[in-house]
Amino acid sequence: MFKKDITPGPKTKVKSSAQRGIRQKVLDQYPQLEPYIDDIMPKKEQLDLVKLPDRIALYALSAVPLFFQHMDDPLLPHLTLIHRYPHCFTRLRIDRGAIRFVLSGASLMVPGLTSAGGRLPGNADDTEGRYGGKDGGDGGELDAGEVVVIEAEGKENACFVGVLKMGTGEMKRVRKGQALEGGHYLGDGLWQLNLA
Amino acid sequence: MAEASSSSEFPKKVVYCGVCSLPPEYCEFGGTVKKCEEWLEQNHPAMHEKLYSQEAIEQNLSALSLDAQKRAEKDAQKKAAKAASAEAKAQEQRATSKVLIKRIERNKRKYVTAVQGLEQFGLDIKKVAKDFGKKFATGSSVTKVPGGGEEITVQGDLSDDILDYLTETYSDIPEDNVECIEDKKKKAAG
Repeated sequence: MFKKDITPGPKTKVKSSAQRGIRQKVLDQYPQLEPYIDDIMPKKEQLDLVKLPDRIALYALSAVPLFFQHMDDPLLPHLTLIHRYPHCFTRLRIDRGAIRFVLSGASLMVPGLTSAGGRLPGNADDTEGRYGGKDGGDGGELDAGEVVVIEAEGKENACFVGVLKMGTGEMKRVRKGQALEGGHYLGDGLWQLNLA
Repeated sequence: MAEASSSSEFPKKVVYCGVCSLPPEYCEFGGTVKKCEEWLEQNHPAMHEKLYSQEAIEQNLSALSLDAQKRAEKDAQKKAAKAASAEAKAQEQRATSKVLIKRIERNKRKYVTAVQGLEQFGLDIKKVAKDFGKKFATGSSVTKVPGGGEEITVQGDLSDDILDYLTETYSDIPEDNVECIEDKKKKAAG
């Protein structure tokens, strides 16, 4: 989504009522952020809305980007936010071989997740239950359309965030194809963006 | 990484590389590995120890098949070369490009001043135009040049003031690269 460097549009202030709405949406989408929401977006602070190319809106709090959104799609967290609160998001892991492709902007393919270094929900090596959906259900499987954060084998921090294109159950069966739709990765235009 | 959901350890502090802006563990994919390593050694020696030790490197390599390793290496080299050449190019451009300050006669005793070439130095000309307007208390705008590109047009004869202001505020621009010229040609549309 942000393969090219982007130039931010004008910064506008978000109305406080709209700000409440965004806050509520964030909480609905990422309920695990609740204990920290006051740190992330304090009620009194003024959120800024920055317009980016291709109808993407970026919400920022005093030059710190927080969430971005394409039209009315789900709000996606910025990677700096994920790095600060990694456990609040649904996570998957890719193997080492896939990292360089992801960091150069390719869409994430299923084999990177299904191979030995990758982690999908319900992986036997993942004893802490770190990856996959937290709410249990059918073994923590995720459906297409969910927002997931991608971590990498041997690394601590997340490198990608995007929307699942295929349910994780199907991934395990098919083992090929695109897994995630273009999102935000380390070193892309959104990452390089300087709001100050 | 220990996973504890106690709220006291969040937000997590993440160090970002001063060279390529990624978290240091991803520097190896950025194309400027050498510089990143040096930076990390200077600024976060403990982390450098952990990430660039012999062990860590070997472990990284063993995770991939030989074939994939070769390909990754080739790719990394290509990327590094690309980053290096891009940087050299940018530097060269910076050294050679000139800022032109033109005084244009508009109506006998009235002048406008046009400033060209600021974007070569990584400045946002829209913002600079606004600053000029504020600094000199005149109208200042970004106008399109017929040959393509944009310039800043400031009302009034301000060429000397702008020269001073530019060299003072933007230390990136060497003074020798700024040139004042006078344009006698009358502009048709004033």
